[in-house]
Amino acid sequence: MSEPAVSAPSAQPPERDHALLLLEEMFRIRRFEEKAAETYQAGKIRGFLHLYIGEEAVAVGAMQALTGDDAIVATYRDHGHALARGMPPGALMAEMYGKANGCSRGRGGSMHFFDASRRFYGGYAIVSGGLPIAVGLALADKMRGLNRVTACFFGEGAVAEGEFHESLNLAELWQLPVLFLCENNLYAMGTALERSESETRIAVKAASYRVPSETVDGMDVLAVEAATRAAAGAVRGGSGPRLLEFETYRFRAHSMSDPDLYRAKEEIERWKERDPITLFEERLRGWGLLTDDEQAAIDERVGAFIDVAVAEAEAGPWEAVEDLERYVMSE
Amino acid sequence: MQRMTYREAVRSALREALAADPSVFLMGEDVGRYGGAFAVSHGLLAEFGEERVRDTPLSESTFVGAGIGAALNGMRPIVEVMTVNFSLLAMDQVLNNAATLRYMSGGQFNIPLVVRMATGGGRQLAAQHSHSLEGWYAHIPGIRVLAPATVADARGMLLAALREPDPVFIFEHATLYPMEDEIDERAGACDIRCAAVRREGTDVTLVASGGSLPKAMTAAETLADEGVQAEVIDLRTLRPLDMETVVASVVKTHRAVIVDEAWRTGSLAGEVSAQIMERAFNALDWPVQRVCGAEVPTPYAKHMEDAALPRAETVVETVREMVR
Repeated sequence: MSEPAVSAPSAQPPERDHALLLLEEMFRIRRFEEKAAETYQAGKIRGFLHLYIGEEAVAVGAMQALTGDDAIVATYRDHGHALARGMPPGALMAEMYGKANGCSRGRGGSMHFFDASRRFYGGYAIVSGGLPIAVGLALADKMRGLNRVTACFFGEGAVAEGEFHESLNLAELWQLPVLFLCENNLYAMGTALERSESETRIAVKAASYRVPSETVDGMDVLAVEAATRAAAGAVRGGSGPRLLEFETYRFRAHSMSDPDLYRAKEEIERWKERDPITLFEERLRGWGLLTDDEQAAIDERVGAFIDVAVAEAEAGPWEAVEDLERYVMSE
Repeated sequence: MQRMTYREAVRSALREALAADPSVFLMGEDVGRYGGAFAVSHGLLAEFGEERVRDTPLSESTFVGAGIGAALNGMRPIVEVMTVNFSLLAMDQVLNNAATLRYMSGGQFNIPLVVRMATGGGRQLAAQHSHSLEGWYAHIPGIRVLAPATVADARGMLLAALREPDPVFIFEHATLYPMEDEIDERAGACDIRCAAVRREGTDVTLVASGGSLPKAMTAAETLADEGVQAEVIDLRTLRPLDMETVVASVVKTHRAVIVDEAWRTGSLAGEVSAQIMERAFNALDWPVQRVCGAEVPTPYAKHMEDAALPRAETVVETVREMVR
């Protein structure tokens, strides 16, 4: 059974405003996901819904290291990445409702958020399918002489796919500015890493393609941010791709239809003791950076943030059925 | 006018595109140092350099996906997948990404990608190297599928594909590469919206594309000697199909035979046949006929392979029955 990896927490307290921003962004994702689950139960969201609860520190921490010019490629568990990238919550909730004001005009749903203005190139729902896209985005940047990073999120399940190996090889061979960000939550749907891989150390796989890598405590938002800043800096400096493996855990089941029979309750509870939000709150309080008043203010703002998302989704119009075939091809 | 092969015509379009537009680049297996498995890109590496004529590893899924990513990000990639047989390894990127991203993003992204590949049998390469799967591609909404069958189209359709904002897949029948013709090398992009009437006739319509066109033309000549005037239509674009041209011909001739190297079951020939019946049933004097590949993995031995692929003689025999 997999145990939580505990890294030495960062000794230096972060700058206060930045720390509170990280906390609030993680809270936003947590509350957004809880609301999405509730709305799903109410029948307003259908299809697949994969929640990011437990993994918030990864998206929030990693996104701090990226600029607006960088590109993001995400997975079907993409709500956290989209929110951390700054996509409006109303456009995301409306997309899950299937509304025309959704970020994909109701054509993508939960798994397929897109935002061209934020270079958010989408949630990819075929495991590893986004990696070659990221390689191509980075190839174009390199050929165009643009100093930009393409950050590609994927789960550890993707390392079993050929495209993971092909993409690491090609990115390193051509020295492309790709930042591979592996969210290792230990389970590919219900299959544990050690039940599907002969070599479970993802860093070792990266090393075989000469891609420098690092394993990071994905429950520590500051560790995620620091590691991503360093790796993104190296990628930006033109030294080829980097891979970061974030050790994390999803507290909820794989999707809303998953009875979660493959994980021991005790394992889930042990990981919940390392809840990235609770851990960070405790540390901020220890540093004297978070007061009860500030906590209350964050709760209030996040509540309003979620209320706006739901209101915009509820109020949004349905796409006209006459537009069913619109966007298949350019007009 | 210049005399050139189909292979040289594709190369001529590639060279022109690479010279005219710095965002155009070619990538694929053996396109550079080797000069292309079919010698299409011979000489282009020396002319344009390794940045723009890129040899890739044998990673079909990833270099097709990388083509999609580069197209999403301001480049104009031309990806050569050596043959359609190997493109199966990239099918996820084709179907789940190239064909869907525009739609799934509500029109936020488009993918100006051109993918070229050789297709078809007839060279004694056995089952794994002889597929004709362009009909599978033509099944997919969100992409365009072209099958140039003439030397002029080999050049003009590639140049036209490079003007499209959406993914275009070009299928070059491997037996056509040595074919020669006189073409105007200054002619630019040609129309890729319409089928072409390659021979006019009044008694039967032969519908073909790609490597099946020469067979249909040969059959039409034989039939003409017997007093039967066949009209030959080259579909040229397999998606979207130009059925207006086909239907107009069938309304005139009242009979149709579709020649398609792919397996009959679930084939593009079946689609063309169904549309003729939907749109011109009352004009038909005879049930629409199909001359297709035999439903076997393509065999190696010459006489067996010949029997497995559509032949001009089979087309002639089919038409004789229809006009008796």
